[in-house]
Amino acid sequence: MLLTNYQTDSFYDEMFSEEGGIRQSYHILKSRIEGMDDKELLKRKASAEKALLSLGITFNVYGDEEEEERIMPFDIIPRIVTSFEWKKMEEGLKQRIRALNLFIQDIYGDEKIIKDGVIPAEIVYSSSGYLKECKGIKPPKGIWIHITGTDLVRDGDGQMLVLEDNLRCPSGVSYVLENREVMKKTFPELFASLSVRPIYDYPIRLRGMLEHLSDKPNPNIGVLTPGIYNSAYYEHSFLASRMGVPLVEGTDLTVRDDKLYMRTTKGLKQVDVLYRRIDDTFMDPKTFRKDSLLGVPGIFEVFKKGNVALANAPGTGVADDKVIYSYVPDFIKYYLGEEPIIPNVPTYLCSREKDLKYVCENIGNLVVKAANGAGGYGMIIGPVASEKEKEEFVEKVKADPRNYIAQPVLSLSRIPTLIEDKLEGRHVDLRPFILYGEEIYVMPGGLTRVALRRGSLVVNSSQGGGSKDTWVMG
Amino acid sequence: MLSRVAESVYWMNRYMERAENYSRFLDVNFQLSLDLNEDSNRQWMPLVYTTGDNELFSRKYNIPSKENVIHFMSLDIENPNSIMNCLIRARENARTVRENISTPMWEVINEFYLTIKSKRKFEESDMPGIAEFFKAIRNQCLLFYGCQEATISHDEVWHFALLGRLLERADKTTRILDMKYFILLPSREEVGSTLDLIQWLSLLKSASAHEMFNRFYTRITPKNIAEFLILDKIFPRAIRFCLSKTFDSLKILSGTDKDSYGDETEKRVGVLLSEMNYASIDEIFSSGMHEYLDQLQVRLNGIAAQLDETYFRN
Repeated sequence: MLLTNYQTDSFYDEMFSEEGGIRQSYHILKSRIEGMDDKELLKRKASAEKALLSLGITFNVYGDEEEEERIMPFDIIPRIVTSFEWKKMEEGLKQRIRALNLFIQDIYGDEKIIKDGVIPAEIVYSSSGYLKECKGIKPPKGIWIHITGTDLVRDGDGQMLVLEDNLRCPSGVSYVLENREVMKKTFPELFASLSVRPIYDYPIRLRGMLEHLSDKPNPNIGVLTPGIYNSAYYEHSFLASRMGVPLVEGTDLTVRDDKLYMRTTKGLKQVDVLYRRIDDTFMDPKTFRKDSLLGVPGIFEVFKKGNVALANAPGTGVADDKVIYSYVPDFIKYYLGEEPIIPNVPTYLCSREKDLKYVCENIGNLVVKAANGAGGYGMIIGPVASEKEKEEFVEKVKADPRNYIAQPVLSLSRIPTLIEDKLEGRHVDLRPFILYGEEIYVMPGGLTRVALRRGSLVVNSSQGGGSKDTWVMG
Repeated sequence: MLSRVAESVYWMNRYMERAENYSRFLDVNFQLSLDLNEDSNRQWMPLVYTTGDNELFSRKYNIPSKENVIHFMSLDIENPNSIMNCLIRARENARTVRENISTPMWEVINEFYLTIKSKRKFEESDMPGIAEFFKAIRNQCLLFYGCQEATISHDEVWHFALLGRLLERADKTTRILDMKYFILLPSREEVGSTLDLIQWLSLLKSASAHEMFNRFYTRITPKNIAEFLILDKIFPRAIRFCLSKTFDSLKILSGTDKDSYGDETEKRVGVLLSEMNYASIDEIFSSGMHEYLDQLQVRLNGIAAQLDETYFRN
């Protein structure tokens, strides 16, 4: 019933091919939906949402006092990825993480890539994520980026592209895990027939990865959170709980004699590994932002001396910079001697004179983003912006060209989504989570974020986006 | 365990216990007001005194009417100890320690909050259902204790939870007893009257102690009630019982044997408890009941402050 009037509107649709036929991987799901009456699907959606609310799986929205906590809207139509397609994504992501890690190690080390002229020094040094304090540091096992959430999108031709890398404190993995639990209750019958790959072991793998960073047999691990007012607090607590390690705040920690300790009811206890969910510069008021109350004075020095492992390592934010991002395909070639398996979205760098001119003249057709913006802030989507907004943005870009990049407006793929009482196409992206420990592990699936407003391309939860479960088959 | 976590677990339980006590106090007073045919305003202000928030109340409200007191103690967001605020803070504490408590426990507290958070004010039309409202709150709190008891390991977390609950409970029992004693005793001419009986009964009900009292005493007299609520060894809201369980938990936390003590908190509780073990209600009455309860409150506060110093301020 629900799918009879579904329109792909000439977008690339995850479920239907251009000819309107159903893609192979969605056959079973489609017949399941069609076998249900409309009310049944709505009922399942309502019960899924109730479960999430009751579990308190919420995020906080800054500056919104009335509704300080919301559940992330959750759509019960899953996105399905074939094992063939997944294999390529997985390989591409591993390749990318390897290259990114080598890059970060290199720029805080010998800077070969700069000396060889692959990336200009000033681009690296001017990145707000570049921390000169990290120069000369080699983190435990040579790993900097332990947890990555890379955003992938599919454009109008159906090709997968990397939209951005999130290496600082990527969030969303708790939704993936909780959504999956809800989906197992919502569509139990589909899991067996599609042999959906499980993801429940993520927290165990996360813990294993963190343990790997210490040479002690039973290292003391903690998750560092800015506290309950942070938008991702739920996730911090969820991960600590699933790993069975304490969730700590800055005030729970103290540095003594170049070691990090947590304050317990039985006195101080040394911390060996910290999964920190606080941005670099808030982590240590002694070294970075003096005004930060979230961090731990002196922790950076402890890290430098090798007495605590931090995940992700400080300084990794340099590769979150969207200008640096545009060089990642070059890193892959330079460090690995390979061709990138998943390409980047074509990117204009406003710091280049020619690109800047093009961007200013064509802003109406481009998405322009701040190099270090996140969460859908500090950006403009040309085709839907007013003349005034565009003019103002051009001024901003001209005033600080290093801080802006531009990309063509992608026609993100769509997927059927339950809107009120019917299925409509909505744009999606995908954030798989990657762990780098003894080896690189890519969680099969990831967070499919969906722009719930009709026509919108913005999928961020802070901008009203929702999420879907992602099923990797067999 | 982390000092902050211990502190949050402790407060989560204090707030839940406080919410439960308030709902019981309000409910009993409301029922009592139905039985009394006098100026009912007279009967509500003492309840506010019990909570210690009388100054704030007087600043905000002109008269201690039934509606005002009920609103102040249950929903008023400006009253830091209102049921609503207790619940908000209990839940906030629960959120900060979620990885230390069980999902069922969190769900109880979260669903509790979700069901009452939209309630801003009582209307006249709510009055017929108000007993149900207070009962629902009481039940949610009891569900929380039950859930806590049955779903988390009885390790350090559990003992800090118990400490919060027991110290709050002991404090509230001294207050309710003191308040009732203070207003009830002057009505000497009415001793033995129906009114008198109803009021003393209401005191027992405020501590959910009616049935248990009847099992051990045959006559409802001030002395018997005071003895039961202060010195009983096995009734869970009696002050001596609360202190004895507090002592047990502190022993387990510090690991010291029964003939020595590990820290100042333990010492204070131990001294007070042994005093109570050798106290008689006649002595308490002859030395002055109000003074005794007042002292008890001060010492309970001292114990709480010492606990904070010993375990939470590392």
